[in-house]
Amino acid sequence: MSAHQTTDVDIPEAGDRGGIGRAVGDYFTRVKGGDVGSLPAVLGLIVLFLLFTALKPETFFSFFNFANLLNQSAAIIVLAMGLVFVLLLGEIDLSAGFTAGTSAAVLAVALSSWGMAWPVALVIGLLTGTVIGLFIGVLVARLGIPSFVVTLAMFLALQGVMLLIIGEGGTIRLRSDVLLAIMNQNMPLWAGWLMWAVLVLGYALVSWRAISGRRKAGLKATATSVWLAKSLSLAVMMGVLVYVLNQQRQIVRPGKESCPAVGDAPIGCIPVIEGVPWAVLVVIVLVVGLTFVLGRTSFGRHVYSVGGNAEASRRAGINVKRIRIYCFMIGSTLAAVAGVLLASRDNSVSPTTGGAQTLLFAVGAAVIGGTSLFGGKGRVLDAVIGGLVIAVIANGLPLITQQSGIQFVVTGLVLLVAASVDAISRKRSGSG
Amino acid sequence: MTSDTPLLQLKGINKSFGAVHVLHDVDLSVWSGQVTALVGDNGAGKSTLIKGVAGIYSFDSGEYYFEGRAASVSDPKDANALGIEVVYQDLALCDNLDVVHNMFLGREETRFATLDEIEMEKRATDTLKSLSVRTLKSVRQQVSSLSGGQRQTVAIARAVLWNSKMVILDEPTAALGVAQTEQVLNLVRRLADSGLGVILISHNMNDVMQVADNVACLYLGRMAAQVRIADVNHSSIVELITTGRSGEIGIQADDVMAGGVA
Repeated sequence: MSAHQTTDVDIPEAGDRGGIGRAVGDYFTRVKGGDVGSLPAVLGLIVLFLLFTALKPETFFSFFNFANLLNQSAAIIVLAMGLVFVLLLGEIDLSAGFTAGTSAAVLAVALSSWGMAWPVALVIGLLTGTVIGLFIGVLVARLGIPSFVVTLAMFLALQGVMLLIIGEGGTIRLRSDVLLAIMNQNMPLWAGWLMWAVLVLGYALVSWRAISGRRKAGLKATATSVWLAKSLSLAVMMGVLVYVLNQQRQIVRPGKESCPAVGDAPIGCIPVIEGVPWAVLVVIVLVVGLTFVLGRTSFGRHVYSVGGNAEASRRAGINVKRIRIYCFMIGSTLAAVAGVLLASRDNSVSPTTGGAQTLLFAVGAAVIGGTSLFGGKGRVLDAVIGGLVIAVIANGLPLITQQSGIQFVVTGLVLLVAASVDAISRKRSGSG
Repeated sequence: MTSDTPLLQLKGINKSFGAVHVLHDVDLSVWSGQVTALVGDNGAGKSTLIKGVAGIYSFDSGEYYFEGRAASVSDPKDANALGIEVVYQDLALCDNLDVVHNMFLGREETRFATLDEIEMEKRATDTLKSLSVRTLKSVRQQVSSLSGGQRQTVAIARAVLWNSKMVILDEPTAALGVAQTEQVLNLVRRLADSGLGVILISHNMNDVMQVADNVACLYLGRMAAQVRIADVNHSSIVELITTGRSGEIGIQADDVMAGGVA
């Protein structure tokens, strides 16, 4: 090598990356370089939370509302997770909301009219979503119709399908105690803590194995202090979540007493509502599973590569069309899961299930969380963070103002801000 | 030239697209350990020839020998299986992935269905080391943060990662500054010195004179000449490119007349 290159750092450097200070420094370097990730969303979430708490301490900041907020966000979060797969390709699915509704309608019909057992009906409901995704994916990937147009058409058509299934103005009750429990029942207290332990220990063990594997191979690895800090903060955050959700949420006024857990309840007693909502478990399982798929499998890697540079992926021997179709299938299947959550929450399916702002909220959630509209950048966790931001706005604003006009305007502006952050960070990182 | 069997030998290659006869009875030989420059004006058929070698097109007629054995290459995968890798001009890198991910794109190492990041990072690092690449800060850098020369380096390293025997480089220095061009040319030379056969497509005669061992010149779809670089100079190559002949070498006038109207 010529002399002027001797200052360059050699690639392999033995030993670990620096400690916490270095990790924090690296993070800020990345943010300055345009890779803001979920930072705006997390900051926004904290600001909104403090704002609503300050304005409405007794209504917003209560155990009851906290659990309620998580339940409100669950369907949007799951829908947004599905959209992450589609957005990663640089595509869009405008029909995801009504895919959710249609799948829920099929599920409800399978339960009530066809009298199927709930697991069978659930599978049929989810498969409805998968098939819709396959249809969209084939039209987009094979025929090359822009996804915007295909899914706009499906947005209309699926509304019609829902009307045909449900009947004008009618509703179908969701006849399954198990499925209704998802959004209306809570986990036993011990199960919440078990979930906490599995999640924290699982994260700590898996990340430690990765670190020690890299050390053995002589590669740079995350420093032990950084690993410890990450594991501990996960333990604390999840611990607070489980602890808060395990509190009695009903406010017991003086003179009234809580109902006993077993035996006859005295008239006028306050029922005990405590425990982590089952919906939270559904969301956590999906986050872990889908993060694994995107981050640790060849398929996930190919999703990112197709979103980043489809032509390069094609030349690298990746079946780009198949990846596209799979992503739409995953997106629509997750929309079907969201449909189940929506139906469980409303106890029934109506022609408006999955309609109104559901889809816009979900797109907003994904983008606010840090998923790029230009493809190639985004995580499943983004959907959760963004979904919480949306839910806090949707939950907190009505406590402050009854004018729905203001609520629409604010939500719209938040989405615009998120999209601007995305566009600006893309310019900064120089890939635009 | 050398008496060894060429690594790649093409004989009498023809290729037409509809009525357009792009390649006429083209011969080409590439030896291991040598850089063969492929030059020619725009539209002379360089890309078509290379894409045929790489399996993107199939030739209409002609013989294709690799390591002395007849080979049939009708798909990029066939070419990869032989040990032929192409670095295209646009590099085909994914900006949103890091260096290791790009080098293993489409051919990821897996263990129990999960990506084996450790194995991939080790192999990527070893390959870059073997090419004496010292210009990357980290193999976990995103490609979007790399300079043009670094990207070219990553693309070339990807091509040699697969125990390839021949690497085809399509204008690797076209978009680079002076220092980076120098780095990439050094890398090209090292590829050949490590025993690979290298085809270097270039419009830059300085690059050709600097690194090539021999030069093959296409003129209007014919191989005007393939000669040792020591036997020609800058201006005679330019003459070959523009007129198809230079003194004794190249297509003689009567040859052109004979086959001109195809």
